[in-house]
Formats: sequence, structure tokens, C-alpha cells
Amino acid sequence: MSPELQQVGREEFVLNMGPHHPATHGVLRFVLHTDGEIMRRAVPEVGYLHRGLEKLAEAHTYAAYVPFTDRINYLESMFCNQVWSMAVERLLGLQVPRRAEYLRVIACELNRIANHCIALGSIAMDVGAYTPFVYLLREREAINDLLEALCGNRLTYHYVRIGGVAHDVDEGWQGKVRAYLDHLEPILDELHSLVGGNEILVRRLGGVAVICASDAVGWGLVGPNLRASGVDWDLRRDRPYSVYPELSFEVPVGRGEQGQVGDCYDRWTVRVAEMRQSVRLLRQALERLPAGDILAKVPRSIKPPAGEVYQPVEGARGELGLYLVSDGSPKPSRAKWRSSSFAALSIVEHLSRGLMIADLVALIASLDPIAPEVDR
Amino acid sequence: MSPAEELATCQAALAGALGEAPTVGGAAPDPAGAAAPAGDAWLEVPAARWREACRAARDLPELGFDFLRSLAGVDRPEAGRIDVVAHLFSYRHRRALVLRTSLERAAPELDSVAQVWPAADWHERELWDLLGVRLRGHPDLRRLLLPEDWPGHPLRKDWQEPAEYRGIPTRREARATAGELAKQTYLAPRGLGRDPAGGQPDGGGGA
Repeated sequence: MSPELQQVGREEFVLNMGPHHPATHGVLRFVLHTDGEIMRRAVPEVGYLHRGLEKLAEAHTYAAYVPFTDRINYLESMFCNQVWSMAVERLLGLQVPRRAEYLRVIACELNRIANHCIALGSIAMDVGAYTPFVYLLREREAINDLLEALCGNRLTYHYVRIGGVAHDVDEGWQGKVRAYLDHLEPILDELHSLVGGNEILVRRLGGVAVICASDAVGWGLVGPNLRASGVDWDLRRDRPYSVYPELSFEVPVGRGEQGQVGDCYDRWTVRVAEMRQSVRLLRQALERLPAGDILAKVPRSIKPPAGEVYQPVEGARGELGLYLVSDGSPKPSRAKWRSSSFAALSIVEHLSRGLMIADLVALIASLDPIAPEVDR
Repeated sequence: MSPAEELATCQAALAGALGEAPTVGGAAPDPAGAAAPAGDAWLEVPAARWREACRAARDLPELGFDFLRSLAGVDRPEAGRIDVVAHLFSYRHRRALVLRTSLERAAPELDSVAQVWPAADWHERELWDLLGVRLRGHPDLRRLLLPEDWPGHPLRKDWQEPAEYRGIPTRREARATAGELAKQTYLAPRGLGRDPAGGQPDGGGGA
């Protein structure tokens, strides 16, 4: 090597990725400390979308806050509605009618499929395949139409309410959901074989950014990210809530098909498999949908007795938790959201050491973080 | 095991490790286990024993709380306290625990548990950012969500929103129309705006 070249590139190069970068999935910045293409570390800088949603909760009544929960995470609003409602119901000791519970499961599982369409599409797009994203967006569009017919909104649903759900469904809507599931199932097979079996995708994801089970647990990863690391855990099955105990489904776990357990490819396959399970859950829920009320008798002014609860649900990204404190007044005294994306981003710096910049993009996409949920 | 028995198990194990029994608070679980309690019960430890208690909660084989779900701060000005509440879960025993401590509101300080659960790192930065709790021994205690120069800690109950931040009004009625905005100089302190006299843009490559 010539003396000039030996002097080149010894120092650290700092590069900003974001806040407006297509691979950061929202307004979010990574400060990359690199040595050429190799990362020394990538430090996530968050907070660009902090809207003070926890402070806002202290200024609103329990029912008035439900629309705010839609804005916690616009890709899984249904779960945010649900966890808020469940926490308040637990404080009130309110029993939700069975029909409402089934409708919640139907709405949430549709939301889960829609979310995974975006997640998988983004993974493919971030490793260079734009086409699957467009096709998956089309499938998600159909779910948006179904949910719009259900509650009038395409993203910010405000459908799950304290004590039940906002609107009932008729036979026609159920038929449309069934028809959609018939249409979706072969597409999932195609997604698995055509996109998941693609050599480029396999090489970009397989064996990349492996998260071992103890790291995943220690950093608080949940949901598909945790299961991809081989931890067989799903709140719907293991801490059952709603009517999930009456429905049968499997919990897919990462098996290291194209590399190691806990690599980016496992985070891809687990999500594909979860969509199949959601289809299964939806068919059963539609089959068993009981007749009855959709809303419990909720007091006009909701004043839960003083106390506090931590309520988790298995959202599309895994455990979505809400810590809610009531002081007996009509407004909550404290609400704290525990989101999956928060944990997923906090592990990035730890994993980024020694990664290539391009692999960081694959890692971020495979963790499926969503910035508004981190910042709240 | 009923919730009451689980809580008693955790209490006994922590008492063994700390030499003093943590106090039970919150909705006490029904000993018969007949009806689910309305709210969560918790174990409270003195702030001085926080890290020790957290380490024991993770490491003792009968506890094994390997998953820190959430770490939250609760401001209680009427009591002059800030409570720190950790929601823990053990995948091994499939059991949850709420562990909490209480700090003096005037100067809240607590030992960091980022070495116990890596997940605590960001939760503690948020605790500092939004509630102003100093975490002793935290590897990188910067604000997480707000800018470093943000005034105060917004999740304190007595926090007042400032009228403006870096010259940007925070109230809608105080905001200028688009036309007026163009004449305003609120970006000037950072060298990006226009000269208040209406002259040449300052900064940049003009000089």
C-alpha cells in the first residue's frame, strides 16, 4: 500500500441516516459511526414524533382518549384501542359481551394481516425488491376497505370502545371477509415461495443480524421479533385474554431455515406464518360469532375506582402494554405505553457493531419498528 | 398458583435476598383466589435497595424475572413523591411482578438498572427526560424524546408549557399567518433565518 493510502480512512466517519430516509420507517434518525462500509455503531435518535400522548391522557376523560390511542401506532390502531379499553374495563370490573369480544378478535386479526403486509413489503423493499411491496399494499388496501366498511375509518379506527365495540356487522360484511380470506390464502403461499424463496432475498436476510434468545429477552423484544429468536411465547395462547382460548391456532417460531435462528430471514418467515394463523383465527371467529349485544352497560361518566393496572395484548408487533393509574377521578392520573418498537429500536445500537451499512437497513426493516409508537 | 401465592413467593424470596421484606401495596389479591382483583398489587422496596432488589428479582432461580416489560415514573406532588414502577415478567415461571420504589420529589435519584436489564437503558432515559429522575450509574443519561435544551420535565404534574421554544410559539393563537411567518425571524438565533432589518439572509456562504 502506498504511504498516501495508508493515511486514508483511519478515522471514524459519521453519517446521518434520516430523519427523512426511506429505510427508517418514519421520522427517525440513525447516527452511523462507520469505518468505510463497516459500522462501528449506529445510534438511533428518536423523539421527532413525540406528541406527548401520555401527558394528553391526563387531560382527557377515559372515553375521550380512545381516538388518541389510534395515533399511538397508525398501523395497529385496533390493538391500541383494545388495550386501552381492556385496561379501563379491568379497573371498572366491566364484563364485555361475547359478540363484542369476537368482533374485537376479527377486527384485530384483520389489522394484524394488514400490518404484516406493510412489514413484509418494507423488508422486501429495503433489500431491493420493490414489486412485492406494491402487491402487498394492494392486499392491505382490501383490508382497509373492509375495515372502512366496518367502522368508517381506514387507519384510525376508533372501533374498539370501552365496554365493547362501536358498530355491529351484518351477514354481507362477513361474506366479504370470507371471500377476502379465500382470495388471500393462495397469495400467502405465493409470497412464501416466490418472494421468500428468492435467492437475493434469502442472501440479504439469511444469517444477517442474528439476535440470540437471551439478547431478545434482555432487551425486551416481543412478538414476531422474539419468536424469530426461538422463544415460543404468544400472549394470545400463554396469557389468554378475550376469546382466544376458544380458538385454535399455532404459534410460529424461528427455525433458522436460511441461516441461524434469530436472523432477519426468521423475522420474515415468522410474520408470513403468522398471517396464515390470523386467517385461521378469522375463519373460526366468523364461524362462531355469537348473537347478542356489542356494548356492555357502560356508565355515562366513567370514574374507575382508585387503582392501577398493567394490561398487555399481543399486538401485531407483540406485547403492547398499557400501565394505567386511576385516582378515582374522571381522568387518568397516569398512562404509560409500552410499545414493541421502543424495545426494537433500543437494541439496534447493540446489534449494529460490525454490521455492513446495507445490513443495518435489513435489520431495521426486519424489526418492523414504527416511529410514532416509539415517540408517543 | 393463585396471584396471592405468587406475590407471597416473590416477597419471601426478595426478603431472603435483601434481609428485609418488601411491603405489599395496591389491590391485595383475594387470598381465596375466588375473584380476580380490580387492580394490580405490587411489592415496594426502599430506593436505596433498588438495584439490589432488581438484581435479585432477575437472578434468584425461584424468581427469574428476565423480561423488563416497562419502567414508568408516576408523579405524586400531593405526597411529595415520585414513584418508579417496574413491570417484570418471568418466561421461566410464566409469572408477572410489579416492583416499585418511591423517591423524594425534590431531588429524585435512583440507581440505574441498565446493567440488570439492557431494556432499562431507554426506559431510564425516558424517566430522566419526562420526569426528571436522575439515574446513578446510567451509561448514557441523555434525554430520549425531547431536545436537550427543553425546559423542565413534562410529566411532572406542575409542569407548565412554555409560551415559546427557541422563539417558536407553542400556542396556536399565538402563531402568525403564513405571510407574517415569512417576515418573522425565529430561526435567526441559529443563523438560518433572515436579518430582522429585512436585509440579506445571514449565515450561509455569502460572507
